[in-house]
Amino acid sequence: MFSGLTKELCIEFYKKMLLIRKFEEKVVEMVNINEIRGTTHEYMGEEAVAVGVCSALEPKDIITSTHRGHGHIIAKGGDVKYMMAELYGRIEGYNCGKGGSMHIADPNIGIFGANGIVGAGVPIAVGGALASKLRKTGQVAVAFYGDGGANQGVVHESMNMAAIWKLPVIFVCENNQYAVSTPFTYSSAIKKLSERAKAYGFAGFTIDGQDVKVVYEATKKAVEKARSSKGPTLLEFVTYRYAGHFTAEPVFGLNYRTQDEIDFWKSSKDPIAIWSKRLYEEGVWTQEEASKVDQCVENKISEAVEFARGGHWPKPEDALKDMYATEHNNIPSKGWF
Amino acid sequence: MQQIRYLQALAEALHQEMLINQDVFVIGEDVRQSLRGITKGFFAEFGPDRVIDTPISESGFVGIASGAAIAGMRPVVEFQVSQFVFFAFDQLVDQVQKLRYMSGGKLNIPVTYIIPGSGARGGLAGQHSDHPYPYLLHGGMKVVIPSTPYDAKGLLVSAIREDDPVIVFAPIRLLAKKGDVPEEEYTIPLGVGEIKREGSDLTVVATGHLVGEALNLAQGLENDGISIEIFDPRTLLPLDKELLKKSISKTGRLVIFDDSNRTCGFAAEISAIVAEECFDSLKAPIKRITRADVPVPFSLPMEDYVLPNEEHLRNAIKIVLSY
Repeated sequence: MFSGLTKELCIEFYKKMLLIRKFEEKVVEMVNINEIRGTTHEYMGEEAVAVGVCSALEPKDIITSTHRGHGHIIAKGGDVKYMMAELYGRIEGYNCGKGGSMHIADPNIGIFGANGIVGAGVPIAVGGALASKLRKTGQVAVAFYGDGGANQGVVHESMNMAAIWKLPVIFVCENNQYAVSTPFTYSSAIKKLSERAKAYGFAGFTIDGQDVKVVYEATKKAVEKARSSKGPTLLEFVTYRYAGHFTAEPVFGLNYRTQDEIDFWKSSKDPIAIWSKRLYEEGVWTQEEASKVDQCVENKISEAVEFARGGHWPKPEDALKDMYATEHNNIPSKGWF
Repeated sequence: MQQIRYLQALAEALHQEMLINQDVFVIGEDVRQSLRGITKGFFAEFGPDRVIDTPISESGFVGIASGAAIAGMRPVVEFQVSQFVFFAFDQLVDQVQKLRYMSGGKLNIPVTYIIPGSGARGGLAGQHSDHPYPYLLHGGMKVVIPSTPYDAKGLLVSAIREDDPVIVFAPIRLLAKKGDVPEEEYTIPLGVGEIKREGSDLTVVATGHLVGEALNLAQGLENDGISIEIFDPRTLLPLDKELLKKSISKTGRLVIFDDSNRTCGFAAEISAIVAEECFDSLKAPIKRITRADVPVPFSLPMEDYVLPNEEHLRNAIKIVLSY
């Protein structure tokens, strides 16, 4: 057995990573046959980061996510049924079909929203941390962003304010090495994005993002620091996205990375394969237990698709609802008579 | 009743809300010292957790206020200059104003933004003189622009208590104006305009500091036998369309007097609403007096030239009455 991890947690890591993977495989399938509209941004390959980070959090803790948010939402406790229904545009979805893949939010489980604008969720997480400090709730906030988001001005502004106010926030930079087609090595003159934390006066670490245990343990430390009022930490997890920037990327004919590179990560750095293998090697589980978990995940995905397909379409006029919490005459305007 | 300045009326509103509700805090640049004067003395009274100075990071602190609001607080964000909203445009228009809708109503964001000193103040040129509310109206944000000290206090209280983002523009030309303001708390609901002057010949829709200018002019025109009605919407969104339409059905003539840009400005919207919905009442074409569509120039003769003024309004009224 691994030191410090219970068997339950070890299996939970695996189960959640697999749930993310299988959810997305199904989503891609459904996008490709147009059963899910639009396009989605796959997280496959990066599962250890979301699961390692969110497993170190409590339910009351806060995250903000990105356009590539499925993994974060599932890892923070999102239910794949309501997620799938949201992607299907049904009222049973997390956000009644108003947001879709890039915008799942549920503050009841600490999800202050995935976000379609790169870097934009980061100050929102810092605001959650500010509220935690002012109201002494003990919550920690995690701002997920990527190597692309790392170059947005608002991310830097947010880090600076988090530092001067010693806020309980963790900046989790998922360095999957490409911002759409632009390599991280092109857009940053330094090799480790974690070094940027120094500029704001807090610690930053660059960590292997493919090993869920390593991610979890690094996050645990940052969470303890945040909860004991010692301020922010930047955790850069080096990871890799298997799919394109978005589902439709293959038809764009981009040529920014080699198949060899993709194959290398898939064959030797896959977070789920690595973890599964270690669980056998360390004697944490048996083949039988593993199959049970696999089956359970498969069932959850089938149930989610069934739930989404059986969900109800919103009434078209629901499009005019939810704009304002305090309602008034005449708003929002329709565009016609 | 006490006579206080517009700025003090805003300060009283914020002060009362901070006393009543522990979740209200003020955040922005130079709010400890209170560059603009709304939060004078607040730091000593409420301390650093409720009067939060920020670095010069508009985008960042607007987003931070949103996050705190989602977590259940009620931040009041102060912008020292109206143009600073441009720096925070994504956070205002694409985040705070959309997140409730896009989350199917799950994310509530009760934030108030206040701009004490919006508009041209003489000699500050193109980047410190705007009234950028049309941009925010376009994004669906609730917009308030009080024209008197009394309205300023009652509307700011309502803005802070509203469960949505609300932006309050306090025109620089009004900050020192005095008026009757009750010491006790009171509210003026959003979405309720006011007829500031009854008249029968023509309706002037005026906003912010231009309400006072329109009232002056109307007083003078009374001697010429011209009866002007002045409608102050007070909140640009939600708009009190019913009161506007009632006024037009009475007078049949409309001039809009607004200090934002002409193209796709607030006056354009009022004009469109009345043309579409009150055509049968109209006896004459609608006229707009607005800013010119250029940045406010520095040099005084040019600044005066591009801004809406009483003379422009008088001409427009004459033209509309000539039909």
